[in-house]
Amino acid sequence: MSRIVAAGQGLIDWVDERFPLVSTWKYHMSEYYAPKNFNFWYYFGSLAMIVLVLQIVTGIFLTMNYKPDALTAFGSVEYIMRDVSGGWFIRYMHSTGASMFFVVVYLHMMRALLYGSYRKPRELLWIFGCMIYLALMAEAFMGYLLPWGQMSYWGAQVIVNLFATVPIVGPELSVWIRGDFLVSDATLNRFFALHVIALPLVLVGLVFLHLVALHEVGSNNPDGIEIKKNKDPVTGKPVDGIPFFPYYIVKDLIGIVVFFIVFFAILFFGPEMGGYFLEYNNFLPADPLQTPAHIAPVWYFTPFYAMLRAVPALFGSQFAGVAVMGAGVIILFFLPWLDKSPVKSIRYKGPIFRTALAIFVFSFLVLGYLGVATTDVWGKMPEVLPIIGGVEVATIVSRILTLAYFAFFLAMPWYSRIDKCKPEPERLT
Amino acid sequence: MMKMAKFKNRAVAALITLAAAFTAAVPTAATAASSGAPLLHAPVNLKDAVSLQRGAHLFVNYCMGCHSANYMRFNRLTDLGLTEEQIKEYLLFATDKVGSPMTIAMRPADAKEWMGKAPPDMTVIARSKRPDYIYTLLKSYYVDETRALGWNNLAYPNIGMPHPLWQLQGAAQLKVEDKESHGHTVQVKSVVAGEPGLMNAVEYDRAVGDLVNYLVYMGEPWKVQSSRVGIIVMFFLSILLVFVYLLKLEFWRDIKH
Amino acid sequence: MPQRRKLLLAATSAVGAAGAAAVAAPFVASWFPSERAKAAGAPVDVDIAAIEPGMLLRAEWRGQPVWVVRRTPEMLASLDAVKARLADPDSKAAQQPDYAANATRSIKPEVLVLVGICTHLGCSPTDRLQPSEGWSGGFYCPCHGSVFDLAGRVFAGMPAPTNLVVPPYKYLNDTRLRIGDDSKGA
Repeated sequence: MSRIVAAGQGLIDWVDERFPLVSTWKYHMSEYYAPKNFNFWYYFGSLAMIVLVLQIVTGIFLTMNYKPDALTAFGSVEYIMRDVSGGWFIRYMHSTGASMFFVVVYLHMMRALLYGSYRKPRELLWIFGCMIYLALMAEAFMGYLLPWGQMSYWGAQVIVNLFATVPIVGPELSVWIRGDFLVSDATLNRFFALHVIALPLVLVGLVFLHLVALHEVGSNNPDGIEIKKNKDPVTGKPVDGIPFFPYYIVKDLIGIVVFFIVFFAILFFGPEMGGYFLEYNNFLPADPLQTPAHIAPVWYFTPFYAMLRAVPALFGSQFAGVAVMGAGVIILFFLPWLDKSPVKSIRYKGPIFRTALAIFVFSFLVLGYLGVATTDVWGKMPEVLPIIGGVEVATIVSRILTLAYFAFFLAMPWYSRIDKCKPEPERLT
Repeated sequence: MMKMAKFKNRAVAALITLAAAFTAAVPTAATAASSGAPLLHAPVNLKDAVSLQRGAHLFVNYCMGCHSANYMRFNRLTDLGLTEEQIKEYLLFATDKVGSPMTIAMRPADAKEWMGKAPPDMTVIARSKRPDYIYTLLKSYYVDETRALGWNNLAYPNIGMPHPLWQLQGAAQLKVEDKESHGHTVQVKSVVAGEPGLMNAVEYDRAVGDLVNYLVYMGEPWKVQSSRVGIIVMFFLSILLVFVYLLKLEFWRDIKH
Repeated sequence: MPQRRKLLLAATSAVGAAGAAAVAAPFVASWFPSERAKAAGAPVDVDIAAIEPGMLLRAEWRGQPVWVVRRTPEMLASLDAVKARLADPDSKAAQQPDYAANATRSIKPEVLVLVGICTHLGCSPTDRLQPSEGWSGGFYCPCHGSVFDLAGRVFAGMPAPTNLVVPPYKYLNDTRLRIGDDSKGA
């Protein structure tokens, strides 16, 4: 036994003389000190990593049988599900994983909003995160075209046509993106290349940068105070920090198992999730001559889609709506400099910020709902009303909520300053 | 241990819960079927092998004249308790192999020329159009001499496809009644029996149910297996959860709070 | 490390590893032939009534050429004549089903069934069935010059290490062969 241990140590020493193995392990794991008060919200970072790995592995196996060709793409997906052993399991892992990726990432972002994890010194960490979110949206959008069903086709058609609204260069731009005058084989082929090679590389690279930035500045926590301010005078280690390995590894395992229970329950008992994860119309092969009666993007894009629809055409162009939709994502990047509050965490922020955040979350969720619903879902305003009489209720609501969404960010420098915050504690509570 | 008790932002939590509940109350995403009348409920039971076998038989005999199921292989029907010999004898054309997909001789291009639109492939039709819609559709045909092929449909007015099961159902008729409702007179349309077919109403309902049941099975033939494996996986993960939870408690005894 | 901690670690690792293996199984399984490949590789039936003595018929099974040769009495006689120059004259290597491990490497002496793929590097040999000067009749692989006799047995000193493969087959009746299936009954 002791000889095996000695041989193992010898191997580690041999590697360590040539590669920073032990020091890397210590820096990122056994001597990475994380605040000891992480709660439920802190599971979603590691879960996002797990889902990324699942998507890459299942994606690799799907490419082994998928055909990026307009004539055979739809059939090749059915071939995977029916003729390849274990194929339905692999494909449903990928389709469920796509939606669950967004569930996890949205909750991860919510955590940052709650505890001010975007504040100094974590601005770059937040920006890398926003870039991951952007890359993930592109990745999901391109992947959604690949099954070549009706929703794949018309979803891509609508989104690519958004680029056509850009002044002057728009029409040429959308033709360039498609490589054709309509979404076609050329579009499918290039989206496939981007989905399976280019964007995964970008995503993995950004996740690496995200982690490097995190481990440089250290993790935030539900109290929003820096544990590095309180170091043990003898050891020089943060007194409120505990080594990531083993303590948070074993804790994250609980989150991972619970996540897998949810994930596999969806996969085995209802992978369509009532038509939200796999839209029913996507089981019809793409037909360039017939648009389905009701098209909506997949659920994770719908808040932004609702904003797009809320904005009326200006000067006969939908570009204003497209710009608002884009701004809805881009504004996230500026958050670190919009929040002027003296404290980070929602625990010590005052009633104004709490109310603003609640309204923001409510707006985002209801916009998400309105993005899948038809515009007449809530009927029309009574005709007798001035100006808004006869306008769809849903349109008016989405306009108000879009304003609320942007007001959360744009008014933040003002309301975060005047808010009555509680004092932050010296140590973690 | 997750310190949920310390989650002090009750107002935020309450609003998030409210919004989540609101979103959860949303009905399932809209389907392709959007006619005004409520849909009938299709009696789908994927564990009823006899019903599925009858449905497969109906599909091969009454649908596969025009509709293919290109992604479904005949020998997969062994799922339903049929042997390969039975499949060959009762369902296959003499020239087909038991491992071949359920293709049809009519080429889509020809079909488009003859009918204006190629009849869609049926393999995953129950996944896109949903079982209740297909069930309702097949029970809503009635004789309409004004239509080129003599058939119309209450659930899908001016449908292109003539009644595929008319030999079984017979010539159902449209019945229009005037009914009083809140002081208004409303026209209520329904389909009633006409000249009888090979089946009575009860038998016909069962046949349509069997056919729809089969279409649902064909859309996701692994469904029964999936649920069975799912239960095992849930059981396994629950055990693993107990272990990782105990492991975490054990390690975290080191941490002084 | 405390005993309880060691035990829990071992138990969790064991259960976790079992789960990982279970998840890996469908991924591994996905590399085996799909239902489409299996359907394409299903046994093929060959009508041999039309093969004249001394002629060869090419069939396709699992994407490979399968030869069916109706050998003449002279051809069968040549099998004994070349025996001394063969690498494995008695078909000792498992290159054929048991029922074809005989002097003619076939069920019925006159009908030879072979997979037409050279056992060296997978080229398909050409058939030179008729004897000529210095040639007793057989198969010649154009890629590296391996030579096989009229039972698909390789001559000694050739690049090909073993005899050509006899696929599983059976007679459905006197004139119909089923290649790829040698099950009894049906």
